Amino acid sequence: MIDVHPFVIFIASIFTSNMIFSNFLGMCSFIAVSKEIPTAIGLGVAVTMVLSFTTVLNYIVYWNILVPFGLEYLMYIVFILVIAAFVQLLEMVMERYLSNLYYALGIFLPLITVNCAILGVSLFMVARQYDFLQTFMFSVGSGIGWALAITAMAGIRSKLNENSIPEGLRGAPITLIITGIMALAFIGFSGMVQIQ
Amino acid sequence: MSLKKDAKKIFKKGILYDNPILVQVIGICSALAVTNRMMNSLIMGIALSFVTAFSSMTVSLLKSRTPRHIRMMVQVLIISAYVIIVDIFLKAYMIDMSKALGPYVGLIITNCIIMGRAEGFAQSNPPLLSFLDGLSSGFGYTLVLLFISLVRELLGFGTVFGRAVMPQNFTKWTLMVMPPSAFFILALIMWAAYNLRTKKEKEGVEKK
Repeated sequence: MIDVHPFVIFIASIFTSNMIFSNFLGMCSFIAVSKEIPTAIGLGVAVTMVLSFTTVLNYIVYWNILVPFGLEYLMYIVFILVIAAFVQLLEMVMERYLSNLYYALGIFLPLITVNCAILGVSLFMVARQYDFLQTFMFSVGSGIGWALAITAMAGIRSKLNENSIPEGLRGAPITLIITGIMALAFIGFSGMVQIQ
Repeated sequence: MSLKKDAKKIFKKGILYDNPILVQVIGICSALAVTNRMMNSLIMGIALSFVTAFSSMTVSLLKSRTPRHIRMMVQVLIISAYVIIVDIFLKAYMIDMSKALGPYVGLIITNCIIMGRAEGFAQSNPPLLSFLDGLSSGFGYTLVLLFISLVRELLGFGTVFGRAVMPQNFTKWTLMVMPPSAFFILALIMWAAYNLRTKKEKEGVEKK
């Protein structure tokens, strides 16, 4: 598993082992925020950015601080702290220098801290023992895959508004069913490349 | 006496009317990921109930000493401390289970149910009630998980808790083992739960 080419990991993390369709990560915000395309794209971009940076940071912290001192069991606390601190920092920097984007993303930024996809990618990175380049490609690919999924879902859901859906299925249940169908479609990619 | 009454009310709320998965639609990431086997779901449910109950209690105990603007941070730290306990316990006594659940044990930290209970209930209620509230939400979560995994394991592997129940010539539904089935089954359960709830509400209105 260690000698998988980084580019293969990149493609695989977008299509065959997509964070949402095969690992079920980041479902909460996926369902809550996928109502309109612009906000979905905004959140997708924010998640991709945070995901790439925090996973690389966590990689550095894990292999250079936690492993040499034998503190692997503190992994969860350290990872979540790194993520929370990074999101806080990003928020402050964006408020100062990119205030347009900051107000557009607004509420989504702090919510990213508790997005399971972010912590999940860091934990997968440790579990699969990727090296630096593989980690980088894996995190960027997962971010893009997540953004792709939420944007596609927002596109479908904005069309859905005009249809008559049984009352009990409105909202979350119908979104889950569509996600299931999309996941079926993504299984079609699985012959292409395969990572665990 | 009133504590007993409150406890009863809290449990009814956590399991039926305010079920975290079916009604509030939170914490479903792990609900979908670990439900291919019943045993996994059971352990995950117990782990989550443990973490929710104890972190709610701790948050409630510390609520008057936590500065308001860093309370999210404090809550996350409390939760991850309990998740580490669960993780170490699983690694020590149930190594197979720990491997099967993999990173999803760590992902309990970002399970919105725990944060939601800490923020929504424990922040303004006494420790014992918060403990019960966390426990009841955990039970509600476990029940839904067990139901999804019952369907998936029965049809996907022909077994219940690892014991074969289906006849020998039963054709296994490969789809049930794969991710999409989890989405479909959860959606159907939500639909059923919605209909049950509204039916009850309508009956209640008519009685009045």
